[in-house]
Amino acid sequence: MRRYLWLRIGIILVAILGSLTYLYPPPGIREYLYGPAPGLARKGGLLPPTLNLGLDLQGGIHLVLGVDADKVLESQVERAAADIRGSLEKKGIGVAQAARQGTMEMVVQLASSQSWNDALTVLNEFPAFDRKSADQSAGRILLALREREAATQRDLAVRQALETIRNRVDQFGVAEPTIQQQGENRILVQLPGIQDPERAKALIGKTALLEFKMLDERTSVEDALAGRLPETSEVLYQRRVDKDTKVERKIPYVVQKRTLLTGAELNRAEVQADPNSPGNWQVAIEFNAVGTRIFGEITEQNVGKLLAIILDGNVNSAPRINERIPGGRAVITGQFTIEDARDLVIVLRAGALPAPVKILEERSVGPSLGADSIRQGMLAIIASALVVFVFMLVYYRFSGLIADVALGLNLVILLATMAGFHATLTLPGIAGIALTIGMAVDTNILIFERIREEFRTGKTVRGAIDAGFARAFRTVVDTHVTVLVSAAILYNFGTGPVKGFAVSLAIGIAASLFTAVFFTRLIFDLLYTGRRRIQALSI
Amino acid sequence: MLQLFKEPHFDFIGKRRWAYLLSLAFIAVGLVSIAFAGGLRYGIDFSGGTLLQVRFDQTVAVDRIRAALDQIKLGESVIQEFGDPREFIFRLPLAEVPAEEVTRRVQEALAKDPAFGKVEIRRVEFVGPQVGRDLQVQALYAVLASMVGILIYVAVRFDLKGGVASIAAIVHDVLVCLGALSLTGREMSLPVLAALLTIIGYSVNDTIVAYDRVRENRGKGVKKGLSFAEQINIAINQTLSRTVLTALTTFMATTILFVFGGKVLEDLAFVLTVGVVTGTYSTIYIAGALIVDWTIWAEARARRAKKAVAKAGSA
Repeated sequence: MRRYLWLRIGIILVAILGSLTYLYPPPGIREYLYGPAPGLARKGGLLPPTLNLGLDLQGGIHLVLGVDADKVLESQVERAAADIRGSLEKKGIGVAQAARQGTMEMVVQLASSQSWNDALTVLNEFPAFDRKSADQSAGRILLALREREAATQRDLAVRQALETIRNRVDQFGVAEPTIQQQGENRILVQLPGIQDPERAKALIGKTALLEFKMLDERTSVEDALAGRLPETSEVLYQRRVDKDTKVERKIPYVVQKRTLLTGAELNRAEVQADPNSPGNWQVAIEFNAVGTRIFGEITEQNVGKLLAIILDGNVNSAPRINERIPGGRAVITGQFTIEDARDLVIVLRAGALPAPVKILEERSVGPSLGADSIRQGMLAIIASALVVFVFMLVYYRFSGLIADVALGLNLVILLATMAGFHATLTLPGIAGIALTIGMAVDTNILIFERIREEFRTGKTVRGAIDAGFARAFRTVVDTHVTVLVSAAILYNFGTGPVKGFAVSLAIGIAASLFTAVFFTRLIFDLLYTGRRRIQALSI
Repeated sequence: MLQLFKEPHFDFIGKRRWAYLLSLAFIAVGLVSIAFAGGLRYGIDFSGGTLLQVRFDQTVAVDRIRAALDQIKLGESVIQEFGDPREFIFRLPLAEVPAEEVTRRVQEALAKDPAFGKVEIRRVEFVGPQVGRDLQVQALYAVLASMVGILIYVAVRFDLKGGVASIAAIVHDVLVCLGALSLTGREMSLPVLAALLTIIGYSVNDTIVAYDRVRENRGKGVKKGLSFAEQINIAINQTLSRTVLTALTTFMATTILFVFGGKVLEDLAFVLTVGVVTGTYSTIYIAGALIVDWTIWAEARARRAKKAVAKAGSA
């Protein structure tokens, strides 16, 4: 083991230089190591600037969203029900009912069972549906969406939602966001450094389904509220918040269920000052070619009638159509503040979510708390390092000093490895580092105690060192493996911050194998071997 | 040379019955405390709910906050001072309203009372019912998985007896930690679970060092007439300095973390500190002592079986 001295010195030097380069890269190398990431320029000098900080340290918001994919299936079944009714009626088959039942099922009730076989032939044209039961005498058929079709639709909905949310976040302007699918129907969104988490949540979670529907002017609001309204109409509300009293008013409208046009056909959306009410803002929209044509037709056919602009099921406004509008331009008004208007523009540009999303988990930390956490965490690390340093020095004297240097090297390698792998340092991760300080010296304690023991059996300095390192080594490996096992399980289980704890613990423990065994041994070899005969060992 | 123990010869194993009693007493106190509290208190990570960390720019009475929160009717909320008389934590149970509404309503309620001054919401944690349930199941798996992993490792490296005794020591440590958690009114949260898993790794660590020594001594040849109990006792004594020193440095690190690490890390550091102490103790008195009793029992049974065979032969 005393051979290869120069090689071993070289390895240690490379490790130290490499670590320092990763922690404090010189300007030219920084881009090479970390890419042209603007987020790296961070203030707060306590930690190396290349360390990737978790949301709990730098502030930010962590969201897990659940995509309600069943809503997509429901609307698909509803659309299919309308299609099936249309196809049957085209063949002259009377339909008493064609409606969704539950999420994936549909009941088709024929007016009579006379044209039963023809009806079945028509239904065969809808291969996405399975016939679950058919009662000829009652003229009643139960259809169910095929599981494979449903799975495809669910998957598509989640992926579309992911894409839409990514677009919104991009337009909102967040440095280094994380947006990824988690499990089957969950989406993880992490936005570091967000100042206003409430606004970000509203922006991400809004379905933003813009719809244009005609008002049902033949049914009075009173009748509709009493439940007397045709099957093709429904009551929707306009929400208005009084600026002074903050009281919300809900104004009912009777709206035809049929959607004429949606926000999917939009080309542009922009914030404008509202010319009719100073201090308020409005959103100007422009349709694409298809939307422009449809919008032209709608306005042409409905001159003098009221057109409802509906956002996420709420009536935004219901202006009267004065004339045909050929250019595909419209304005959405509604007492918007400039921020409201801007956010609406973002969601309209990024498109609607295919299905509503629900927040399943949220963890957001304000920037001031993050700074406090860093300060306290660093204080704990420095304090425990100091105490352990002094303890080792007092107890093992010069050998303790070597162990202390090894411990310092351990911390440097630990942080550099985290920076190099772009691992995230979290608040529990800082706890992991503090714990590592206590546990990393264990290896040196094991070895030193062993050397002392060997001494007592009458060995020479050199013999005791050799035997001490050799005998302790197996135990050291064993103890490392068990901690790594728990860290690996912790990593697999944990969510963000806890994962950080596992990462720093595991790297710290692995690094201690290098520093407490390899490095300490080298120093011992350098000091206590060679031509001079050493009689005493300071341990 | 500074030395904790000079060639110690403590009779640890001989006093193991007392240690069993002590352990049982500790665990019993802990379990009674848990039972009286109606089970472990789960934090929102596992039970679901909303946690808000709020800072006011002046000192505020808890009653005043409670009055404000009662108005928004989000269910029974827990209000706790958090390290500073201006800083509080609110825990709200799961409600029908969506997550984004909860924070907004609390903000509005606090804004209504001018006595609060400027209010800063520093941390929001919301865990929905599904996520809470998922985390509960995963937590259970994680604890079981790490125990199985360690059982296998120790059984392969040493023997099955050692593996089972290590697991017994781990169960002992986890129970003591949970008891301490309940006695101090702390909650079971994700960081606490992380601490428990770490303690599992730490506790078995010590045990392995002692077992390693037993085997090494055996490899050198056991002195005649040395019983298994004595062999274990010698190994424990030989590794005692290291066990205590490591426990000491780790204990210092976790205690400092507990004192200086800030409120958020307090529970994690608390469990680590308790765990280091019980983990060290359980190496000697659970993992070491149990394997002795098991061996004595197995040997006695083997002798009885031999006698029975001999008797049957002579009859």
